[in-house]
Amino acid sequence: MIGLSHYLVVSGILFSIGVVGVLRRKNLLMLFFATEIMLNAANIAFAAVSSYYGDLSGQMFAFFIIAVAASEVAVGLGLLIVLYKKQGTLDLDNLAAMKG
Amino acid sequence: MEQFAFYLFSVLTIGLFLVTVLSNNVLYAMTSLAAGMVIISGFFFILGADFLGVVQLIVYVGAVMALYSFGMMFFDATREIKEKNTNAYLVFFLGGMIALLLVVMFSVLIMGEGIVAMYPTPEGANNPQAVGLVLFTKYLVPFEVAAVMLLVAMIAGIILAGKKMDDSLTTKDENHEEEMTFSLKDVR
Repeated sequence: MIGLSHYLVVSGILFSIGVVGVLRRKNLLMLFFATEIMLNAANIAFAAVSSYYGDLSGQMFAFFIIAVAASEVAVGLGLLIVLYKKQGTLDLDNLAAMKG
Repeated sequence: MEQFAFYLFSVLTIGLFLVTVLSNNVLYAMTSLAAGMVIISGFFFILGADFLGVVQLIVYVGAVMALYSFGMMFFDATREIKEKNTNAYLVFFLGGMIALLLVVMFSVLIMGEGIVAMYPTPEGANNPQAVGLVLFTKYLVPFEVAAVMLLVAMIAGIILAGKKMDDSLTTKDENHEEEMTFSLKDVR
């Protein structure tokens, strides 16, 4: 029988994959992908807790996380396009050129 | 059956997301991310959260992935990404430490006693009905705030990646100033 802990372990593994991606990547688009992975891991944990405790709040929070992720992608992708037009690359190290 | 589906989905998502994180090709990363999103909606269907699964499919696989592939048209997608990684061991150490922290945080939920549902699932209603009942009574204000936030994000996206791609509102300032001074000289 699959318990709550199984889902939480999978969610933790996925979140760690996302964290490793955020720490390891230098390309901004890849950082966005890793952020999406982390948000989805949190969604799995919320849905599992909501299902096993018979409480719908977890699913509600998962909905709001999806809304936040969608708006984050809309704004972030616009910013990425502007950055790419200005600098011609998406490398994170180029952002250090901003410092005085 | 549930066990088989759970293990299949978890192995597939972990593998696909590892491809996303470790691949050097943007196109591979994006397709594997989309496939992982589809399979995550399978988790939601197993858990009985049907409406959440459908929303996951529509929003993530439909909208977010379409946005990413739209953005991919501006970047050179076929080129391999060159990254210089300074210290790989430090990255894996930090990732491991954060994973340990997560285990501690989740074990609070597993070990926790006396957790009572604040908004229990209504009796005799299927999942979309129950979601509607809770969402439009207890969570009405956050729902409206989320709607305003999505509107703000839409306007910001339109302004940042507007229709006139050559001179966007945020990058055309320098040219604009030059034109202004030029016209002033003309007047004199």
